[in-house]
Amino acid sequence: MMIADGIEDEEKWLAEGIAGIQHNAFYLHRAVESNNLREALKYSAQLLSELRTSRLSPHKYYELYMRAFDELRRLEMFFKDEDRHGCSVVDLYELVQHAGNVLPRLYLLCTVGSVYIKSKEAPAKDVLKDLVEMCRSVQHPIRGLFLRSYLAQISRDKLPDIGSEYEGDGDTVMDAVDFVLQNFTEMNKLWVRMQHQGPIRVKEKLDKERSKLRDLVGKNLHVLSQVEGVDLEIYKDTVLPRVLEQVVNCKDELAQYYLMDCIIQVFPDEYHLQTLETLLGAFPQLQPAVDIKTVLSQLMDRLSNYAASSAEVLPEFLQVEAFAKLSNAIGKVIEAQVEMPVVGAISLYVSLLTFALRVHSDRLDYVDQVLGACVKKLSGSPKLEDNKATKQVVALLTAPLEKYNDIDTALTLSNYPRVMDHLDAGTNKIMAMVLIQSIMKYNTCVSTAEKVDVLFELIKGLIKDIDGTLADELDEEDFKEEQNSVARLVHMLYNDDPEEMLQIICTVRKHIMAGGPKRLPFTVPPLVFSALKLVRRLQGLDGEVAGEEVPATPRKIFQLLNQIIEALSNVPSPELALRLYLQCAEAANDCDLEPVAYEFFTQAFVLYEEEVADSKAQVTSIHLIIGTLQRMNAFGVENRDTLTHKATGYSAKLLKKPDQCRAVYACSHLFWVDDQDGIKDGERVLLCLKRSLRIANAAQQMANVTRGTGGPVTLFVEILNKYLYFFEKGNPQITSAAIQGLIELIKTEMQSDTATPDPASDAFFACTLRYIEFQKQKGGAMGEKYDSIRI
Amino acid sequence: MNYILGAFKPACHISITFSDGKSRKQVPLKKENGQTVMVPLFQSQENISGKISIEPVSGKKVEHNGIKVELLGQIEMYFDRNNFYDFTSLVRELDVPGEIYERKTYPFEFSTVEMPYETYNGVNVRLRYILKVTISRGYAGSIVEYQDFVVRNYGPPPSINNSIKMEVGIEDCLHIEFEYNKSKYHLKDVIIGKIYFLLVRIKIKNMDLEIRRRESTGSGANTHVETETLAKFELMDGAPVRGESIPIRLFLSPYELTPTYRNINNKFSVKYYLNLVLVDEEDRRYFKQQEITMFRLGETS
Repeated sequence: MMIADGIEDEEKWLAEGIAGIQHNAFYLHRAVESNNLREALKYSAQLLSELRTSRLSPHKYYELYMRAFDELRRLEMFFKDEDRHGCSVVDLYELVQHAGNVLPRLYLLCTVGSVYIKSKEAPAKDVLKDLVEMCRSVQHPIRGLFLRSYLAQISRDKLPDIGSEYEGDGDTVMDAVDFVLQNFTEMNKLWVRMQHQGPIRVKEKLDKERSKLRDLVGKNLHVLSQVEGVDLEIYKDTVLPRVLEQVVNCKDELAQYYLMDCIIQVFPDEYHLQTLETLLGAFPQLQPAVDIKTVLSQLMDRLSNYAASSAEVLPEFLQVEAFAKLSNAIGKVIEAQVEMPVVGAISLYVSLLTFALRVHSDRLDYVDQVLGACVKKLSGSPKLEDNKATKQVVALLTAPLEKYNDIDTALTLSNYPRVMDHLDAGTNKIMAMVLIQSIMKYNTCVSTAEKVDVLFELIKGLIKDIDGTLADELDEEDFKEEQNSVARLVHMLYNDDPEEMLQIICTVRKHIMAGGPKRLPFTVPPLVFSALKLVRRLQGLDGEVAGEEVPATPRKIFQLLNQIIEALSNVPSPELALRLYLQCAEAANDCDLEPVAYEFFTQAFVLYEEEVADSKAQVTSIHLIIGTLQRMNAFGVENRDTLTHKATGYSAKLLKKPDQCRAVYACSHLFWVDDQDGIKDGERVLLCLKRSLRIANAAQQMANVTRGTGGPVTLFVEILNKYLYFFEKGNPQITSAAIQGLIELIKTEMQSDTATPDPASDAFFACTLRYIEFQKQKGGAMGEKYDSIRI
Repeated sequence: MNYILGAFKPACHISITFSDGKSRKQVPLKKENGQTVMVPLFQSQENISGKISIEPVSGKKVEHNGIKVELLGQIEMYFDRNNFYDFTSLVRELDVPGEIYERKTYPFEFSTVEMPYETYNGVNVRLRYILKVTISRGYAGSIVEYQDFVVRNYGPPPSINNSIKMEVGIEDCLHIEFEYNKSKYHLKDVIIGKIYFLLVRIKIKNMDLEIRRRESTGSGANTHVETETLAKFELMDGAPVRGESIPIRLFLSPYELTPTYRNINNKFSVKYYLNLVLVDEEDRRYFKQQEITMFRLGETS
């Protein structure tokens, strides 16, 4: 038994077989050269006897076969030449049948048969029929397969096909079809039988060997597909039913899978389309273990591609109701194969969906129908655990997005969210991300509150905690990315109509407010900015907004904003809330809504006082406050005074001296706004600067006391720069003498014993001096102004 | 001295020629010494005629007591050597006693000779036809010369020739049905048939069709039966499954067959059988033997 023995033995046997062939080939050649028919037959029969071995695996047997094949080609040439051997082809056809062993006999018969058909002394169909019948005598799977493969090979160019020289006189293409079909059927039977050739324990190996031979069987289908005369009618009435009959009846999973695939691959798509019902009818009859989904998917993929290839073929699809048939077939297959894993069913739906999208892109109901079927399948089982299945569901849900480039479409599919419900939390998130990415990729604008509502319902996995997900399971980075995506999404929601836009904002707010402390810092800012954008737009519309019954007024939006930010400050995320308040304040300022702006500032200050405890955060916040406040022009004197007073007060109360110093000199800008009707209170500017100088001095002394060295002079240089700024802007309180004094002070400080050398501040100072020098030399008004300063 | 030598040498040369010897078909015949010679072929009720010429060795005379030619049909059993049984014996006297000095030719003729049996060379028996020329001499012993010829008789195709169809098997193990297209075949015929496998529970390795010849000689307690396998023709390679049918096409012309002979002169019979043999993987043989009748079809050439 070939299975049991080692590979080395097999090599040896192969070598022996080859040697046998070579030995006999030598005498065969000699006989052929001397035109000795009798000897030629004798040695060719002996040569072919080497193929009677049972000891080789298919792979090795093939090698042996190929050697014999080459010799047979040579022999056929000899047979063809009647003048050389003096025997008519009819007699020769009998003569070779005298061989006692069946395998050599049939190889010789096929070889002569080939010559016989070519001679046209008998109708091709008769010879072919005889050959294919006689080959039944070899029932050994491997030997039979190779013999029949030889028959297929030699007959390939001799089929009575349309347009072939062997057609006519009663030889029709049907004879060709019959012949190939019969050979196919017999080969398949042999192939299927191979699995019973060894003990069960080597089944796996047998299967492997079998699949190496599958192309021998499949080649017949390929030949059929190449027969010109096989038109749709013949294919429909004869070829397909008979092939399918064999496929179904052989009850072998390997063969069924391969052959179904083969049918789909070799025959034209147009035929598949026209015979869809027959073809699909075979699927539920296949063995349960057959991987139907792959085959069916391939079919749908091919049909999809076919549909995509040309718009002209689309009516055909409609005419044969391809979608209904496919959908029906899939339903049946899923019903019939109870064992099929969920992933299989889903991947079938994915293919069907792809098909529907490609072929019937206008029929959203089809898409929804597929999704509905999928929901039905999924609803029987608990949430998906299977990784692969989940992936398929994601693919299912992604397909429509990619097709329509447009989230809108997905939002109109009623079954879409129902499918998503069956995903586990993790996948749900992934899917939500896919949705968002799709929106980003195609720059889709979601433009109604209603759709926004559906959309946020879909991505709720990202928006809020779903039960069972433990927060600490989440990867921090993933979480950030997800939330950033949501943030980006918020910006994609837009409608030109302010009213609708406001609705959208309210809807989004409703959803994101449920997000919890971790999400709000990500989701609130974009919403705020989106709202502010709306405010700016309304502001642009100006007069028209004055209409009374308009709900979307800036005032209303600011109220909303106040609530939104308040939620954030409760989270707590005070610094962020503070920034947003300031943004709103500025927007309100631009709308000339003084009380609103004042309110926002108040909120910001409250937060500063109550919530911002970290000193670093305080520094940042105070600078933001100062910066914003400086730009405010809506405030009346009183309000402004209150606020600037507060800001200056906070600045001086910062913890670290340098921070104090910087905040205070920044405050100087609050009293000098460099535009036409800006406030210009030179005295208070000077006060601020002097105060900051005092603080800088104090800082220096503190450094001396605590560390024994003077701090860097940077602070002084910075203040010097402020002096120069206001000096140039024409603040009368800032004199050149004061500047001169400051320069001297810095120089002294730098030369003092305790000074710490600091290249950065040295450079800063040097640059500042160079600037003064430059201004002096520039001349003109500015040059004169600087003239009195000596360096 | 010459005289003594002459006693060991034939005194004359006898040659037998057939009148249509040039045109008559010659067929090979295996002689006792193993050599094959070509001899003329006759059939029953033909005229056998020709010439016998006697040529004395140069310058000698042949004295004789009469010359005759006999046509003999003999059956010879090998286990009973030298005991010929002549079933046909015809004699023509050619010359009255006298002397021959020079070459002398005698015409002879046996007309419409009844030769019902065919020439046959078997394992244990031989049936032959000969012409025997005898020059009777008194003291010196007779001079005898033989000439073999072959007889074959042709018949018309049988009017009834049914096919052979049979179902055989071993219970729950193997059931087959085989069919041979005829029960009577001529010598150049083709056996066409089919074997259907109705049930296969054994692992068959291959299947052969054998042609067997059964020659029985003697009678009663002295019957000798000899069976030879003349052809072993592989019909199938590998193990079939249920429902499979295997074609049979066996050309008979390559094999040296004779017609079936039934009870030839109460001395012997020759019968033919088709033996279908299945061999399983353990080399066990399962077979079914079936007699067929062979006949010689009149040649139409």
